[in-house]
Amino acid sequence: MAPLVEVRNLRYRYEDGTCALRGVDFRLEESEAVALLGANGSGKTTFVMHLNGLLAGEGDVEVCGLAVNKENLPTIRRKVGMVFQDSESQLFMPTVLEDVAFGPLNRGASPAEAVKRATAALATTGMAAAAGRAPYHLSAGEKKRVAIAGILATDPEILVLDEPTTFLDPPGQCALAELLSGLPQAKIVVTHNIRFAQALCTRAVFFQAGRIAAEGSVAGLVTRFGWDFALSRK
Amino acid sequence: MHHVVLERWSRGASPLHRRDARAKIAGLLVFLVVTATAHRALAEVAAGLALLLIAAAIWARLPVAGALARAALVLPFSLVFAAVCWLAGDPARGLALAIKSYLSALAVLLLVATTPLPALLSGLESMGAPRFLLMVAQFLYRYLFVISEEAQHMRIAAASRGATRSGLGAFRAAAGALAVLFARSYQRAEEIHRGMLARGFTGQLRTLAVPRFRAADGIFAALAALAPIVVRVAVERMV
Repeated sequence: MAPLVEVRNLRYRYEDGTCALRGVDFRLEESEAVALLGANGSGKTTFVMHLNGLLAGEGDVEVCGLAVNKENLPTIRRKVGMVFQDSESQLFMPTVLEDVAFGPLNRGASPAEAVKRATAALATTGMAAAAGRAPYHLSAGEKKRVAIAGILATDPEILVLDEPTTFLDPPGQCALAELLSGLPQAKIVVTHNIRFAQALCTRAVFFQAGRIAAEGSVAGLVTRFGWDFALSRK
Repeated sequence: MHHVVLERWSRGASPLHRRDARAKIAGLLVFLVVTATAHRALAEVAAGLALLLIAAAIWARLPVAGALARAALVLPFSLVFAAVCWLAGDPARGLALAIKSYLSALAVLLLVATTPLPALLSGLESMGAPRFLLMVAQFLYRYLFVISEEAQHMRIAAASRGATRSGLGAFRAAAGALAVLFARSYQRAEEIHRGMLARGFTGQLRTLAVPRFRAADGIFAALAALAPIVVRVAVERMV
């Protein structure tokens, strides 16, 4: 069976000359959940931004069998749902319902259909009661749930989450892991939160200086790279 | 997170709050035209129109004193022009300018204080206001507080490192902070744009259905449009 995401020899250099990706090869299979680990600036976020064409580097990126190029972008952005690190930037509409309906409306859904999908997505993330509220009145955990609902409303096949536990307290992180593990989509999770990655992901890859240095289980990579302050303490 | 007073007011539940935004906008437009074109017996007409607005504020269960004080925010701007007229030897025109601008500000404030912003923007849009302008207003409103909060964080950070709030040093630090704030806001705008693109944005902001305009809204719009005309005509005839 063809993989959901296949990336071969992806390279990317920012305009200021910073070389962020130096030849990344990656595969994501159906219903997998993969954690992207690695130091700040190792290329994790730059990498995921290639998966729906927000950045375009050299090399091959295929999503659901489609090459990521200008023609395929609308279809690919429908298939890849991206949840950004700071929900504040993702929730820009005046009310929660309008924000969650933003994606479906862009996909050409009628207002009635968009409301139906938005309501269903809000129910999935446990935020149905907040539909009429303004996003900036919500707590960090609630904002994250609404941001995820905004993505689910577009019915994606792959969820990409960039540092989803930022700004969340431990119970919030736990609730988020529960919510995400109940969703059927394949997931790519960029995170520094090892316990969160262990709770959610079946596999992990470790980024180092713009390359994937290793892959394996979350626990295996954490031990190998000393990637947990509790483990590295002498 | 800070909540502006006006927004809290706009989420009220008075009969005026329940009316469709379009009906209120139509009423406001008529009020503004009646105010702007008044010239005979201006003081008396202005008093009549002010009473009308105060009655509306009471009907909307808004704190009248608070509303009157907030509308005065427009005065520093209009008083400059009024002073220019006065210095040019036309004090009556200067006074008229100040009175009319205050009344107009109070009327706009009543609309904003009784209509949640999303409803107000969708009302303006369905009445043909340029969509791009409304988008800018919407984003400004959404992120104004995020940016002001960032500015406050920077001020606290500066204060905790011993910065003072007066003198030339403070001025320099504020200029630097402003530049950083601008860079951050720009970065934020880029993040938002990426978020929009990721959800299929193609340059046109599609919105949910606009609420239905009911018969009661039509009656309200007609009465709201008639009231300032009646007040002005009646006062002008009496004086």
